[in-house]
Amino acid sequence: MKTSAKENNESLKEFFNKIGIKLVELTDWSCCGSSSAHCVDTDLALDLASRNLAIAPPDKPLLVSCPSCTLRLKQAHLHISEDENLQKRFKDKWGKSFNPDLKVIHYFELLEEMDFSKLAKEIKKPLTGLKFVPYYGCMLARPPEMRHAKNYHNLLENMLAALGATPLDWGSGSRCCGTFLSVAKPEAITPIINEIIQNGINTGADCLITACSMCQLNLEIRCDLKHQIPTLHFSEVLSLAMGTNKYKRWFPRHLVDPTPLLTRLGLIP
Amino acid sequence: MKACDPNFAREIMEKSKTSLTRCFSCMTCSSGCQFQHIMDVKPHAIIRMVQTGFREEALSASGPWLCVGCNTCSTNCPNAIDIPAVMDAIRQTAIVEKRKIPEPNVLNFHNAVLNSIKRYGRTHKIEIMMRYKLIQRDLFSDMDIGLRMLAKRKLDLRASKVKELPEIKKLFNKAG
Ligand code: SF4
Ligand code: SF4
Repeated sequence: MKTSAKENNESLKEFFNKIGIKLVELTDWSCCGSSSAHCVDTDLALDLASRNLAIAPPDKPLLVSCPSCTLRLKQAHLHISEDENLQKRFKDKWGKSFNPDLKVIHYFELLEEMDFSKLAKEIKKPLTGLKFVPYYGCMLARPPEMRHAKNYHNLLENMLAALGATPLDWGSGSRCCGTFLSVAKPEAITPIINEIIQNGINTGADCLITACSMCQLNLEIRCDLKHQIPTLHFSEVLSLAMGTNKYKRWFPRHLVDPTPLLTRLGLIP
Repeated sequence: MKACDPNFAREIMEKSKTSLTRCFSCMTCSSGCQFQHIMDVKPHAIIRMVQTGFREEALSASGPWLCVGCNTCSTNCPNAIDIPAVMDAIRQTAIVEKRKIPEPNVLNFHNAVLNSIKRYGRTHKIEIMMRYKLIQRDLFSDMDIGLRMLAKRKLDLRASKVKELPEIKKLFNKAG
């Protein structure tokens, strides 16, 4: 997020800042191991995730914005809390006891508790006219052991509709973006991405909106359709509604430029 | 066809912590998988191979290497089988047994990522791509996208680093 998805990172902080919530970056965080660690070494994957659990302040929720990191951290927390041997491993590695009460939450969990109609009164720029399809990718899918935990279907649609945008129904919102196959097997991923974007266009959407940086990147770099539509980060759209002017730093980072669309809708000058 | 291995199911169930004798081969997993069309053995068939002890076949299949662990299948599975965990177990077993990897480019990519985490504690995208391309001996494909990303400053030339790097290195050493 610090590099490839800087615009997502910054716009998320900007949005929370505007609504009065201060986010503090976890000091010296390390990579959760991503798909690569659990693909080749389950223990390493657990240790990489657990380091972040160990350095997190015990009394504050650990708010995560990447869906995949959220899953890795939550799953590690669940596995360690269920297994005494893993708790011992944790203590040996990090010199402190495992904290079963640490809350790992995705930022959707904060948003979900908000009163959207109240927020709608506070926004500076209603998202009127913005027709979008919500793209969740795999973020709402979970391993069976976590299937009874809360989930967040429709949050993108409900929240953005409350702020004036028009969500459209489509069938591709939960199709996986291909993650690392986009690098290792690009020829297999391009047709899938093209189909997703084309479905969005056929639905009549002006753009896709996603909450995952990796999805956003894959949707942009692997699409080779002649006519494309932009894919915006959810956090960018939220910040726009709050009347941010920092978008000038974010939109030039998109490979499919969203500014003509947003200018046409009067969302940016 | 080689003889079946009667212990294979137990072995994979222990490693994946998933009870796959619950699977009744309904194929729901495969029909929802975005990548099943590029897999030689599809997810439901992988599970079946494990159940029935087709060890050689399962450990040399491309399916587990093309599985990205998106959990679509395990969310859909009527029997709550953690299919990606089974894929992890098969992949890791193939690595430990130093088998021929059916999709070497996937493993090369994972190794490039893990190398970066070992060096910096975080992922350094440019280096990952360069290392991956070097191993693949394919420096030029995707050059256009790389350059466009650089121009858009989506790739940083400098790596963002963890301060307590020895902690990270130790994790890798113990893990072998
Ligand atoms: S969906 Fe579940 S029960 Fe059906 S074939 Fe796949 S693993 Fe077996
Ligand atoms: S987790 Fe793997 S097998 Fe399951 S749907 Fe995703 S890619 Fe396919």
